[in-house]
Amino acid sequence: MLAGRIGNRQVVTAACTLAQELGLSAGMPVSKAQALVPGLQVLPHDPHADAASLERLALWVLQRVSPIVAVDPPDGLVIDSTGTDHLHGGEAAMLETLIGRLVMSGVTGRAAIADSWGAAHALARHVAEPVCLAEPDTAETVLAPLPLSALRIPSTTLASLHTLGFACIGDLLQQPRAPLTRRFGPELCHRLDQALGHAAEPIEPLRPSELVEVHRSFAEPIAAAETIARHIGKLVVQLCAALEERGLGARRLDLLCWRVDAHVQTVRVGLARPQRDPKRLTRLLCEKIETISPGFGIEILSLTAVVTEPLEARQVASSLLEEPAPDLSALVDVLVNRVGARGVYRLAPVASDVPERSVTRVAPLSEPVGSGWPDHWPRPARLLPRPEPIETVALLPDHPPVWIAWRGIRRKVARADGPERVFGEWWKRDAEMIAVRDYFRVEDDAGERFWVFRAGDGEHAETGSHRWFLHGIFG
Amino acid sequence: MSARSSNPASAALRKQIARMEGDGRPAREVLPFGLPELDRRLPGGGLALGCLHEVAGGGNGAVDGAAASCFAAGIAARLPGPVLWCVTEADLFAPGLEQAGLGPDRVIHVEAGDDVSVLACMEEGLRHGGLAVVIAEVARLSMTASRRLHLAAKGSGTTGIALRRWRRQQDAHDFGQPTAAMTRWRVSVLPSAPLPVPGVGRARWLVELIRARAGESFDLELEACDGTGHLGLPAALADRPAAQAGGRGRALA
Repeated sequence: MLAGRIGNRQVVTAACTLAQELGLSAGMPVSKAQALVPGLQVLPHDPHADAASLERLALWVLQRVSPIVAVDPPDGLVIDSTGTDHLHGGEAAMLETLIGRLVMSGVTGRAAIADSWGAAHALARHVAEPVCLAEPDTAETVLAPLPLSALRIPSTTLASLHTLGFACIGDLLQQPRAPLTRRFGPELCHRLDQALGHAAEPIEPLRPSELVEVHRSFAEPIAAAETIARHIGKLVVQLCAALEERGLGARRLDLLCWRVDAHVQTVRVGLARPQRDPKRLTRLLCEKIETISPGFGIEILSLTAVVTEPLEARQVASSLLEEPAPDLSALVDVLVNRVGARGVYRLAPVASDVPERSVTRVAPLSEPVGSGWPDHWPRPARLLPRPEPIETVALLPDHPPVWIAWRGIRRKVARADGPERVFGEWWKRDAEMIAVRDYFRVEDDAGERFWVFRAGDGEHAETGSHRWFLHGIFG
Repeated sequence: MSARSSNPASAALRKQIARMEGDGRPAREVLPFGLPELDRRLPGGGLALGCLHEVAGGGNGAVDGAAASCFAAGIAARLPGPVLWCVTEADLFAPGLEQAGLGPDRVIHVEAGDDVSVLACMEEGLRHGGLAVVIAEVARLSMTASRRLHLAAKGSGTTGIALRRWRRQQDAHDFGQPTAAMTRWRVSVLPSAPLPVPGVGRARWLVELIRARAGESFDLELEACDGTGHLGLPAALADRPAAQAGGRGRALA
């Protein structure tokens, strides 16, 4: 439990879940809490340390999730996820990952995505368990049942609204605005509009001083793609000079375009290796210009190296030695920024007999693994994403099928090889303790070669369903 | 072939055409298949490097592209350097490619959403210049797109292979449309080499060169890539005099 001083009273400012179960809550006088729970551990509240760690968390989110992140004191972060969710596989996946990462580092968090800052703030604190996704244009319906405290209004206003009998936001929405404003001042209706998305609420992005940032402001707003490209070129040169001074290379760049109507458009590019080559960085950024919608014009362009790593000059082999391996990082960067980081990979072997588990994806520029797969048995060139059931006639227990019918076509098996028995990996799942697959390589009359297997060993019913599947196609 | 090279007039004309096509050097580098049967019928004595080639499967291979991908992997395996393989659906099985000679360390896979981005990634790879081969699995390849790819390949010396693969077998008639590719291959599976015991022998393909710039088309029955990416000649063909073997290959079509 944390205790702090408000005015001249010692009150509880935060309590852990255990304390909350014992009936303690924030806002309670410390003396009362100590009377309720003997032996209570009371720690002094340190708001500065809280703010500092919240800012550290915001920086972490900035580097990984979205270019626009701001601290929402005392206990929240606000993230503008426009245009970033697809990089993380959709909004739901993005929230799941974010909360998962927080839980792994020992932070309990709740998150919500909505159309406006106000709505997301309310949903995260009152609905999310631990995540909540609001459909676009449904702010009014999702906010209506929430308590008034979700609106970010001063406690005095809140208390008098309660006195007047307002319990939830829905009650307020039906009231005429004029009397409310006359009684409580403009802030209440302003907050209401912000939550519903009627009033704009720009997020001032967090920019810690240690980040390398350069920006340009324009006397006349710019909008043409060529103009933007030219200024990006100039910014990149500045940024690279600043990076060189510190001996750093950029791993992730954010380009923020402040429009005249106070909207911010963002472009984020990632790099496989730290870089400070202006030509290469300019090219990556310019490829994304078409995603910027300039609206009435862009006033300020700012370029930040969000993630940087030390980059030292390296000695390269001279031409007398053998030819150095070509540097593919530029190509990989272009491809990654075009199709996403998940789409560019190399494959590496995994020690597993189960075919679909024997291959894993590794980063495209990771160190070569050297060895490949064991070469005892022929392997197909194409593996179906999941085995497809086929009809067969086969002699049990260990004969190949006489014919197979796959995707509506019946084929007579002319030649076959097998079985190759693959046992389940009991150390992974209990269900695989006695599971068996018998793989056969079959060839039909026309010469088409398939990789089929029977789930089960052909004798014992508990080893599998004894159904046949087609798993791969040989070249 | 011999008649062609002996005629000085046609040789001069050929040189002139090559100059007009914008080739910097008169003789293009080629990758021989190592089979005289095959190489002597290809212009230049092998697969021209720094060009665009097309490969497709025949029959069901037009949909699954298994034999075609082994054929392409075999070519890539015999060239030194990294390989870029662009796909729309990731169903390649790396152990299978390794058995065609193409190890996992050499291949960077790119999974793009549609044909357009696959072609864009392929062009990017061809322009980079550090790669040996860029392979892309596409269904549609227009004249314009193929010309772009061919020029990109020419500029950097990287070989491009468009592995044509369609969703349905009926769409495969698209393969008749003209493109700027240097050669166009169709690889169809044949019953494997007979063994004295029950079992499946070494895979065999009917390799058809449907179209070749400055060359003639032919088809040949071959044994599939071995562990180093080399094709083989079936024993029945290998023991025959060369002229007869050619005649037999044609008769199979």
